[in-house]
Amino acid sequence: MATVTNGEKFDNIIEIKNVTKVFDGITAVDNVSLAVRRGEFVTLLGPSGCGKTTLLRMIAGFELPTSGSIFLEKQDVTTVPPHLRPINTVFQKYALFPHLNVFKNIAFGLKLKKIPTGELDKNGKPIFRKFGKDEIAEKVERVLKLVNLEAYGYRGITGLSGGQQQRVAIARAIVCEPKVLLLDEPLGALDLKMRKEMQSELAAMHKNIGITFIYVTHDQEEALTMSDKVVVMTDGAVQQYGTPKKIYDEPANAFVADFIGESNILSGVMKSDFCVEFCGTKFKCMDKGFGKDENVDLVVRPEDIAVDTKKGALKGEVVSAVFKGTYYEMEILANDYQFTVQNTSEYLPGTAVYLSVEPDGIHIMKKLKTVNEFDGKVLSENTLEICGGEFEFENSLGLERGDEVTVKIPFDKIDLTDDENDGYVGANVTQTLYKGSYYQVQVYTDDDHDFFIDTEDEWDIGDRVGIKIAPRDMTVIRKSDEPEKVGEASDTQEDANATEADNV
Amino acid sequence: MYNGNRCAVADTAAGKNAGLKKLKIRGVKRSAFAMPYLALSVVFVVVPLFIMLYYAFTDGETGGMTGANFVHFFSRPNIMAVLGKSFLVAALTTVLCFLLAYPLALALSSSALNKKFVLVMLFVMPMWINSLLRTYAVKIVLYLMDITNAWVSVTVGMVYDFFPFMLLPLYSVLSGMDKSLIEASQDLGASPLRTLFTVRLPLSLPGIVSGVLMVFMPTVSTFAITDVLGDTSTYMFGNIINQWFANSGGWNIGSAYSFILLLLIAVTVVLANKIGKGQAEIGGVL
Amino acid sequence: MSKNVKTGLIWSFVGVMLAAMYIPIIILIVFSFTGAKALGVWEGFSFELYADLFTNSSILNAFKNSFILAFVSALLATFLGTTAAVGIFYIKKWKKTAAQFVANITMENAEIVTGVTFMMFFLALRLPYGWTTLIIAHTMITTPYVILSVTPKLSQLNPNIYEAGLDLGASPLRSMFTVVVPQLIPGMISGFVMAFALSLDDFIVSKFVNGSVETIPVYLYNALAKRGADPTLRALSSLLFVAIITVLIALNVVSAKRRKRAPVNV
Repeated sequence: MATVTNGEKFDNIIEIKNVTKVFDGITAVDNVSLAVRRGEFVTLLGPSGCGKTTLLRMIAGFELPTSGSIFLEKQDVTTVPPHLRPINTVFQKYALFPHLNVFKNIAFGLKLKKIPTGELDKNGKPIFRKFGKDEIAEKVERVLKLVNLEAYGYRGITGLSGGQQQRVAIARAIVCEPKVLLLDEPLGALDLKMRKEMQSELAAMHKNIGITFIYVTHDQEEALTMSDKVVVMTDGAVQQYGTPKKIYDEPANAFVADFIGESNILSGVMKSDFCVEFCGTKFKCMDKGFGKDENVDLVVRPEDIAVDTKKGALKGEVVSAVFKGTYYEMEILANDYQFTVQNTSEYLPGTAVYLSVEPDGIHIMKKLKTVNEFDGKVLSENTLEICGGEFEFENSLGLERGDEVTVKIPFDKIDLTDDENDGYVGANVTQTLYKGSYYQVQVYTDDDHDFFIDTEDEWDIGDRVGIKIAPRDMTVIRKSDEPEKVGEASDTQEDANATEADNV
Repeated sequence: MYNGNRCAVADTAAGKNAGLKKLKIRGVKRSAFAMPYLALSVVFVVVPLFIMLYYAFTDGETGGMTGANFVHFFSRPNIMAVLGKSFLVAALTTVLCFLLAYPLALALSSSALNKKFVLVMLFVMPMWINSLLRTYAVKIVLYLMDITNAWVSVTVGMVYDFFPFMLLPLYSVLSGMDKSLIEASQDLGASPLRTLFTVRLPLSLPGIVSGVLMVFMPTVSTFAITDVLGDTSTYMFGNIINQWFANSGGWNIGSAYSFILLLLIAVTVVLANKIGKGQAEIGGVL
Repeated sequence: MSKNVKTGLIWSFVGVMLAAMYIPIIILIVFSFTGAKALGVWEGFSFELYADLFTNSSILNAFKNSFILAFVSALLATFLGTTAAVGIFYIKKWKKTAAQFVANITMENAEIVTGVTFMMFFLALRLPYGWTTLIIAHTMITTPYVILSVTPKLSQLNPNIYEAGLDLGASPLRSMFTVVVPQLIPGMISGFVMAFALSLDDFIVSKFVNGSVETIPVYLYNALAKRGADPTLRALSSLLFVAIITVLIALNVVSAKRRKRAPVNV
């Protein structure tokens, strides 16, 4: 917000309303609504495949939303083709035209631009003209100076370094003076040093030219340091939208907390307003409005944990300590939870220590989901099918073959096996979250279902696993006993997940 | 597990030293494997070219050195006209093939058809059918349509025969083109039509060059299509060479003519490759 | 809506082009089922031309010749082309340019020029035109295409495996044939198929060096250009069209299936 150039222009330049994009049955962007203020630097942040690039491409006009609309300065531009939008893009791999030199690449958009002359024709419509040769040359020179490439106008593209190509790509986009500049992971192909340099240059450029930036990245540090606002996305939905500080200090849920910065994520129980219990100990906190004894996720940042050898809330033992330049990062085991702690003083491994956390260091979040729920079909007296696999179950309701059922399995009642043939269903690990004493693992089955599993074993993303569930751990309810749902079985499941995520 | 790995590493390190020694002792380079073919090529391809050159510069009856065979060509405007005509017809065929194949390649690589492999295959398949067969099929169609003009027949036959050879390189360059370049062009305000002329067309130049070569080269020297579809008025340079070689007395003049054709083809190939390469390398200087 | 219109236009354009491509072939096939002597005349359905075809000994002989020639020359070309591809791949600098130039001569040269140079050369060698000259000529003109299809496989090859073979005690030849060649087999197979097809297709070079051996394309050329179209040609052409298209579809189906079945190599 600091960079809004004109105080009175506090309006929304881009508004995205309930936009959904489905590719071949896969939902890439799921009912996203978002408003971007004029002059802001907004970053769409999320892991690859979270839908951030698709959202950007819809703003640019390269993709048509399946439903929903996009407004630019209150005008519906949802179906306007890209060449008619006053929006320009800096592409992921620059997309510079190899058959044109630097000057011609930058002049490409200028040559096509139509500018009002200020006069009206007979019918009262404004008359447009094109830029003259000299004007174009002057503008290109000016923008080349802005990106520090003054002498490069007549060089070819292929001879430039990655960083130089990047600058040309930015120059090519901003020379057209777009209302909004879209940047799709523009620094992804650069090495670390170059990236740092470009980060500060981009931020400075944004301040100077006052154009609204919408920036896509999967690098949380980049997002936090450059932006006015950050949109954290996963699975095509917005998880949180706010200033970098707000997102870091008050993550909306465990996903955001894990994705942004280092954090200790634990499960706890809300004892009352301003009081949460975790690690067998009650702590004061600053949150209220949860139900009594409601299960919650909570985040404690490593730098918010105080360490003392004499007194504190939790007794623990240092497992390891690593010097990180300005502080020590220690792993401390306390009450079966392994905390990551950052402190300026070092405690040697083996030292007995006490840990304490101030109320404002504890961030409480609603649990995303506590039970896996699937639609299934009974196959025989004691077997049923869910997610393309055959499972045994305890048939206490007298269900018969072909009955449609809903199956609920708690997170901690699912076993993952190394060999997918040992399980009933094969799946890939898509996400793992360390929660202090256990891991919350998300797996994606071969027929496109998500399972959440709480386990003590550590799995890596991409691991191939088998899913096993003991018959007694499945709660099976006949479909007809429930209120009727609309839509196909599998869709309903996805929608259910999506709405839960959105409500957070 | 770890131990095993370390052992393996040690083994290869020891083996490497032994291997280096062996390499030196045996001293056989992999490049030696090219020798059999290269030797045969020199004997069966390069030497025959020199024999042709020899024939071109000798007198058929006396066996002495002479330039008369070339004078024979340059003193006959009507034969030079045939050569010019061959180049013109080949150029016309190439242009027609391009005008038909480029839109088709655009269509086949467009998202509307989703790069359907089967369709591409259907268009390319006739490439594998003997051109005489395809020419014969054209002959029947022309007959049924009552088209008797020899020039029209020959041109239609050539376009029909060589169309797939133009389509294939165009399709592969267009379907492999970085989509973000097209998006960048539209993003900067170019309409789809303008994008076609300012971005797609210049970027497909390498495909255009190879398509042009693949159509132009065989058409400029063909004699079979004119033999089947044309008459004496459509005689091309290939027909003339073919005739000189039909009787043993004409080999010297035939060789001279072949040599002229060979030179012109070499010039065309070099020029075309320059255009194709220049595009990729010095794009910036233009 | 406008997008649908655009898609419709694209499809109809493609449809028209496809029709232009295949209607001549279909007409030819249709007219192969009538016995009429003259072109384009329908004298009722009959298999007469096909019956003539299968009793025409010179056609049957040409078939046999074509296949033997294609098989032998493709086999030789695959061997020569594969070793040449390996060798040329490892030759350096100007020698590489020179080697590639030599390998490209027959591909870039006009076929008629290649044909007449072979003809003059074999005469100079006092080699009578016939099987030997056909096999030499076909091998030499198809080998460059084998090189063309093997070379890409070489660039995907781990550069150290030949040395690894030597390192483990194999002789250079043994290392080449037990370590390198197996990796090149897909390229060799497509090279063989290409050489086979090109040999079956060729008539320009063949017609200058065939002597008394007639292959199918040479027969076709002589029949079409010299003897004036004989009606059996319609049956012969139809048969060849259908055979080639069937083989091509089969090949594509097989390779498409293999692509699908292969595990994703990530």
